[in-house]
Amino acid sequence: MNELAIPLAAHPLPALRFPAHPIAGLAGTSLKHEHLPSILADETQRGFFEVHAENYMGAGGPPHDALARIRRDYPVSLHGVCMSIGGPQPLDKAHLARFKSLVDRCEPALVSEHLAWSTHNTTYFNDLLPLPYTPATLARVADHINEVQEAIGRPILLENPSTYVVFPESTMSETEFIRQLAQRTGCGLLLDVNNVFVSATNHGYSARTYLADFPLNHVGEIHLAGHASQTDDEGDLLLIDSHDGPVANAVWILYEIVIGQCGPVPTLIEWDSAIPDWPILKAEAIAAQAILDHHSQKFMPGRANAAR
Amino acid sequence: MQPVDQKIHHLGNHLGYAAGFTSALLDPEQPSPAVVSGPNGKAAAKRYNVYRNNVTVSLINALVATFPATQRITGVDFFRAMARFHVRATPPTSPLLFEYGHDFPDFIERYEYAQAMPWLADVARIERAWLDSYHAADAEPLTPQALASILPEQLANIVLTPHPATRVLRSRFPAVSIFAANRSEGPVGSITETEPEDALVTRPRLEVTVRHLPSGGATFLLRLIVGETLGAAATAAFANYPQFDLSASIAGMIEAGAFTAANHGGRST
Repeated sequence: MNELAIPLAAHPLPALRFPAHPIAGLAGTSLKHEHLPSILADETQRGFFEVHAENYMGAGGPPHDALARIRRDYPVSLHGVCMSIGGPQPLDKAHLARFKSLVDRCEPALVSEHLAWSTHNTTYFNDLLPLPYTPATLARVADHINEVQEAIGRPILLENPSTYVVFPESTMSETEFIRQLAQRTGCGLLLDVNNVFVSATNHGYSARTYLADFPLNHVGEIHLAGHASQTDDEGDLLLIDSHDGPVANAVWILYEIVIGQCGPVPTLIEWDSAIPDWPILKAEAIAAQAILDHHSQKFMPGRANAAR
Repeated sequence: MQPVDQKIHHLGNHLGYAAGFTSALLDPEQPSPAVVSGPNGKAAAKRYNVYRNNVTVSLINALVATFPATQRITGVDFFRAMARFHVRATPPTSPLLFEYGHDFPDFIERYEYAQAMPWLADVARIERAWLDSYHAADAEPLTPQALASILPEQLANIVLTPHPATRVLRSRFPAVSIFAANRSEGPVGSITETEPEDALVTRPRLEVTVRHLPSGGATFLLRLIVGETLGAAATAAFANYPQFDLSASIAGMIEAGAFTAANHGGRST
């Protein structure tokens, strides 16, 4: 019925513990536990929720309960934050096992991770750190993606980063690096449009040119978020990927361009600090949903009426 | 002598960027590392500082989230300065941030500027135990009926299985009262307690609860948790605390959901 939602149709389906809620064409929000009572009380909701995988990797307790309650009623996207796929050192096997067990437990509609790293030796830095784009890092990152995909038995979506520095040793553009990763590993892509805008501003290139070079045919999810402003050493604008406010107008405009080309790809509003009351976050998702629905009619005539 | 990280960078054949990048991440005195620059010949100092700031502030915020009562006692500025020292000296070694901060209470105990608050570390220990309990495995607590079904003459020989979320903490200070007064958002009344207080932290289902244990209660529970029989645990508690109330302690631990099973001769009830 919904061909975009079930990428594993070729495999024998495991016994599902949760309904296979379709995620195609939907807008969603990051799940914040302070919003849980409002979300559970609101039965009219349409959309999906994305959770940061690491928050649900304890042995049990309220996080497991909250995730199960949300997963029963909504599509869930599982977003890993600290696999360190973009790092040079081997993946943390214990972490990979936890990740797999969480994928098995919550049967998410989407699974994603970052083109970044956060652990070096044994220190976890809790930030999405950048990497140079070279043939050596390409091979290493591709190995890591393959390892994750083999462990969990399904493809992941890889997210483009927001960055503040460059590596003089880089020999490839970010879009070329990402394109080759998708080709080599079969992974899908999570296009963070705010990250595109932040990086383009910070590095002095055009966001539209970046998007024109980006392999949009591999995009399985989009992220939108707010950013903050600082200045660099030269006094020029430096944007910070802060996730602490509404999506900027310039990012909404880029988003419409992307949806116009990709069709109604599931879209997430991220808001991770200075978290507002639920209606404010929900309103951002409703705005994204309106754009998705508009293009849904354009891409698949009559489908907006047919879908639930 | 060359710093180790630089050697790794040279040996690393294009994969030394992580060593190079992290070399100054927790040290604000160092210049930005040579592996990065700004675009088009721009400088990287303020740009690299974005990462430095993200790392330090997010880790301080993780400690704030785990230790809210401790922060309320010290005030925000004091706490963040103390946390910054700890983050830089002892960054996390697990990507699971809810595991971070197990070394923080010991750090507080040694922290020069916290010496006037000798009970602060114990409040932090309760908060750390609270989060351990929150994320612990789920299990059904032992019911009063299951315990009541044991014949009185067999009671002294039973061994109890602790619930995964159960923690017992001892303090030389009224740490439970101080914790309770500062953990909520409400106004902090004056704390009149001066006696030592032991804490029992449990989470039989979804709610973490911190109880103040009566005299001898901590000895009794700690003995049970390590697998001593009910009789041996009670004897130890009476020996050290003559006013120990056995039946009240048993009723209290059942009500708190501190255990999941009672075993006698290898059989579980």
